[in-house]
Amino acid sequence: MTILLAVFLLTMLVITAVAIVRTRDLFAAVMLLGIFSLLMAANFFVLDAADVALTEAAVGAGISTVLFLGALALTAARERESGDSRWLPLVVVVIMAATVVYATFDKPALGDPNAPVHQHVAPWYLSETPRLIDIPNVVTAVLGSYRGYDTLGEVFVVFTAGIAVLFLLGSGRPGELFSRPPDELSTGGLKHHLIPRVVGKLLIPFIILFGLYVQFHGEYGPGGGFQAGAIIAAGVILYALLEGETRALAALPESALKVMVIGGALLYTLVGVVCMLMGGNFLDYSVLSTNSVAGQQLGIILIEAGVGLAVTGVLLSIFHAFAARATA
Amino acid sequence: MQLLGLYNYWVFVVLLMIGFYAVIAKSNLIKKLIGLSIFQAAVFLLYISMDKVEGGTAPIIQAGVPDQIYSNPLPQVLILTAIVVGISTMALGLAIVVRIKEAYGTIEEHEAAAMDSEA
Amino acid sequence: MSLFLDLGSWVLFGIGSLLLFIGALGVLRLPTLFTRMHAASLTESLGTIAVLTGIMLQAGLTLATMKLLAILLFLLLTSPTSSYALANAALLARNRDQTREQADRK
Repeated sequence: MTILLAVFLLTMLVITAVAIVRTRDLFAAVMLLGIFSLLMAANFFVLDAADVALTEAAVGAGISTVLFLGALALTAARERESGDSRWLPLVVVVIMAATVVYATFDKPALGDPNAPVHQHVAPWYLSETPRLIDIPNVVTAVLGSYRGYDTLGEVFVVFTAGIAVLFLLGSGRPGELFSRPPDELSTGGLKHHLIPRVVGKLLIPFIILFGLYVQFHGEYGPGGGFQAGAIIAAGVILYALLEGETRALAALPESALKVMVIGGALLYTLVGVVCMLMGGNFLDYSVLSTNSVAGQQLGIILIEAGVGLAVTGVLLSIFHAFAARATA
Repeated sequence: MQLLGLYNYWVFVVLLMIGFYAVIAKSNLIKKLIGLSIFQAAVFLLYISMDKVEGGTAPIIQAGVPDQIYSNPLPQVLILTAIVVGISTMALGLAIVVRIKEAYGTIEEHEAAAMDSEA
Repeated sequence: MSLFLDLGSWVLFGIGSLLLFIGALGVLRLPTLFTRMHAASLTESLGTIAVLTGIMLQAGLTLATMKLLAILLFLLLTSPTSSYALANAALLARNRDQTREQADRK
């Protein structure tokens, strides 16, 4: 039964991808990309990756679509015909595809418990996490503790990308790109947008609440800083779409966003430094408390909070940078 | 069954190549970025396909079920962070495209290149 | 008792799937945007209610059912809203095209 569902979802993915590449209407391509991300999230869920599915749904179908639309509003909504021949790239792609497909015949089948990937550190993670960290969600344990150094690096990549976008686009005054359509469109004034606004406003508190739940329940169920950051950012972006940039910036001003971005990244680093000061290794949370298990849990909660703050701040700063550009 | 066991990888290859085709064959810069994000999603699918264990469930330890099989948490951690990093770098790409549009008045690669060779 | 619950949930699954299938057929076969949206949004609401109620019968009185109720509430709020927003956008786009045509004629 599950295999039928998986095959169906995977086939839909391929069809959507072909449609995305074929259409010349970039607006349609971006919308299809949202559907593609949602299908991808469903696939991840079928493959037992609940945490990843949550992230992909919030980031791919939510924030990515809004950012692409923002870029389209600033550039062009249609792709022009280019005179180049399509045959050469097609031949290259087909040859490469044949080569990689040939390579897949050496791969272990899906779900094979004896595959090399399941032999190395993964069994250790699964068997030792209850003893060393004592939280149910092993994904959070690996992310926060075992591979905490790696996650720190990822946070700094997100941080750097956010700074670079601000350098390129500037974080000027609030724009009206996503607020209300020009007068000639809204013949009936705001009446036309009443229902989405009312329902949206009703839902936003629950979206933020769900984001906080995902943040703080991340040790017990699917969740954590990356997912929560994306969900909360999506909630605030929804507010900006409904009520206009200005209102969103009044609720969460740019200075607050900067504090979140820098504070989040700093909090993560500081936890590592405090670990060193208390006699452990960098990001070795066991020394944070007299009981090493409690220390690990405390460390994970702190760094997840740092990740959540940084991701929310960066995603919202990027969104505001695109929105502000429209009027600049 | 054996063939279905490789279906995930074939879909990965096809998606990878669709994304790659968009990157090399399309002249429109936004379309290139869309292709790149399909390419990226294909790599995510490859990693997540490898985490699956037959009869397993999501790697959240259930108390009182000692014999439960869990899927591999490691690829999930890698992809979880990669998705958020991916959207940040994609935003950076879009920001560069916006600046190219402002500088050249076009987001078609061949038109911008033609302007460069004229100047 | 559990036999009745099973039976009830399968009947609901059947009704839901049938409704969603009819809706999908409508989207493919009907001629204009508004009739298509009509088909999709009407069948979607009842279909979702039927399928989710079916799953709730399977889950029994547990935390999962509460979560499903929350999902159902969320879907009942958002899906008509998104249909409305889509129809509204289509209406505005058509109005804009018509005013443009009128301006062209003048």
